Amino acid sequence: MSRFDWLSEYLARLEDEHVVVRRGDAARLAPAHCLILDAEDWGNVARVAADSGYRWAGLWGDPVAEQVIVHAGFVHEGDYLILITEVPLSHPVLASHTPYYPAANRLERHLQDMLGIGFLDHTDGRRWTRHRAWPEGVYPLRNDFPVSGNSPHRTPADSDYPFERILGSGVYEIPVGPVHAGIIEPGHFRFQAVGEEILRLEARLGYVHKGIEKIAVGRDPVGLARLAGRVSGDATVAHTWAACMAMERAAGLDIPPRALAIRAILAECERVANHLGDIGAICNDVGFTFAQMQFGRLREDWLRGNQSVFGHRLLMDFIVPGGVVRNLTYQCKKILQPQHEALSRELDDLLPIIDDHSSLEDRLVETGYLSNEEAQRLGVTGYMGKASGQDYDVRRDHGYAPYDRLDVPSPCLMEGDVAERIRVRAEEIRHSLKLMEHLMRRLPSGPVSVSWPEVVSKREGIGLVESWRGEILSFVRFGEDGRVARFFPRDPSWFSWPALERLIHGNIVPDFPVCNKSVNASYSGHDL
Amino acid sequence: MLRILNKIWHTGTVTERRPRDAEIERFGKQVKRAIDRRFRGSLAIRQVDAGSCNACELEIHALNNPYYDIERFGVHFVASPRHADALLVTGPVSRHMETALRRTWMATPSPKFVIAAGNCACDGGEFGVSYASCGAVENVIPVDVKIPGCPPTPRDLLWGILAAIDVKG
Ligand code: SF4
Repeated sequence: MSRFDWLSEYLARLEDEHVVVRRGDAARLAPAHCLILDAEDWGNVARVAADSGYRWAGLWGDPVAEQVIVHAGFVHEGDYLILITEVPLSHPVLASHTPYYPAANRLERHLQDMLGIGFLDHTDGRRWTRHRAWPEGVYPLRNDFPVSGNSPHRTPADSDYPFERILGSGVYEIPVGPVHAGIIEPGHFRFQAVGEEILRLEARLGYVHKGIEKIAVGRDPVGLARLAGRVSGDATVAHTWAACMAMERAAGLDIPPRALAIRAILAECERVANHLGDIGAICNDVGFTFAQMQFGRLREDWLRGNQSVFGHRLLMDFIVPGGVVRNLTYQCKKILQPQHEALSRELDDLLPIIDDHSSLEDRLVETGYLSNEEAQRLGVTGYMGKASGQDYDVRRDHGYAPYDRLDVPSPCLMEGDVAERIRVRAEEIRHSLKLMEHLMRRLPSGPVSVSWPEVVSKREGIGLVESWRGEILSFVRFGEDGRVARFFPRDPSWFSWPALERLIHGNIVPDFPVCNKSVNASYSGHDL
Repeated sequence: MLRILNKIWHTGTVTERRPRDAEIERFGKQVKRAIDRRFRGSLAIRQVDAGSCNACELEIHALNNPYYDIERFGVHFVASPRHADALLVTGPVSRHMETALRRTWMATPSPKFVIAAGNCACDGGEFGVSYASCGAVENVIPVDVKIPGCPPTPRDLLWGILAAIDVKG
């Protein structure tokens, strides 16, 4: 299979629709392919892409002088197509992609709140990321907006967000959050229910909006990598890797093979740690504390291993622009290998228990069902997609180093319920252990970093990484001074949140925690 | 069922009693004594994420795993600020959480104390003060004790909680 062999067909279809592609550019955001378009064709190109079955993978704007350069990402057969257009700040209006891709809804509203771009035909013009920290009509990501903001006063609560309502006899509403009952991130959920059954759930996010995109501006590469590692702390490796990949591609920097292998070991370690913790937590949400305790123990063992080998339990800041901070010594291998073997043995005991425990089955099977069609429509990736028939993994299908030389197994199951999502995660743990074993056995020799070039000016790059949650797409542009001028990390949670709202239909209110946990979307990674 | 019992039997008790963790044990006992004395045997903590990246939460969660099992020292996490003796706050306070944090603090009955956990909560950390972030927790509500770290380890958190009890006593 050669790359982009579907592109000519897409271009031909655009021509049929009288869409003029100004320019194609394979170098600008390589390995993605860019098409530069007129603003008035923005809606048509998405319609054709949707008809062709491409997945919509994100949207971001980049304010440059008096223009906003708008990018939208599409994926097909592991290839990334970035459509680019420009709108003037004086009249920043584009057609919406939401009619063709429902998951575009919130990213468009994010762009509307952050950069003031208006979307025509958008079915939902409500604000999204903006609560009350800045007023309507001003846009934090515009260059004339000071990073400190304009409002020194206390920020009032976002109490007048217009939730959609279902009316009818016996329908009642349950507001939850932003401060939840457990030790989790803040957000607001509005349930409409009849009796115990949930008719509708609407999430209101944005509570942990920390201005990440804005405070990234002006950072040097090392500073950006640190910030990227805190976009969503549970996926620190994946986000740092994606941001570094984007910066390194912008700089045209080749990373030594040993550094790449170590990055992959880190990424698999992160995947295992999160899956272990979540499998336990999901079981706990239906009262099976045995699993919570056992998997909590395994996770803790794992994090202690991280600490002794990489110097940080959650692996923060080990990946840096140009490589990794330290080498892995022979000693490390001696710690990691027995640890992996021990985990494998434990899983041999534990996973069969979870798999055929009848009361777990009773609670998890058919709970939180996301159909294959919905999963595809929403473009979910990671375990969410893989449990609902979406056979996609960035490591395998797009292929980035070092995975492009490995045989990366990726489960694809069909049932779409909570039980299936556990199964995908259990399989992924096994696969990660195999990958790590392979990577450690064949660890290339050589340096683990290269030095950063003096100045990388006016260049941009894209990073694509399979985090434990799914696909991360990260965009970085450097300004003239070699400092970051734009950073946009698109976490997979932008798509799993809307999926949660769909899969909860018809479930009972008390099952919300377990459904939510099985999705485990990131608040921080989404709110930015 | 037999398999479950078998696994439990073979796992045994992993809660830290081993020499290398004698420190935790000793220290935990100290916490327990302080809690018994000042909080009648149980310290109720309400955790509030005011804008964290979620890594601080992961480590706070770890306090409940069988290694640390913080409940054995009388410390437990409660669902409502109205049931809490202390707030454990993480993250820089995002402006969008500013009012929610203040309201949570007001809902906590006095006498109460506040622990800021993580670099962000202590001094704004990686995010600092901006149009979207108020920075340190003490910029919004009074803070009694700070536990630095990014994120603080479960052990740091345990130490910090003891220090908090000391400060308030
Ligand atoms: S202190 Fe570190 S781990 Fe904790 S919220 Fe801040 S960035 Fe995240």
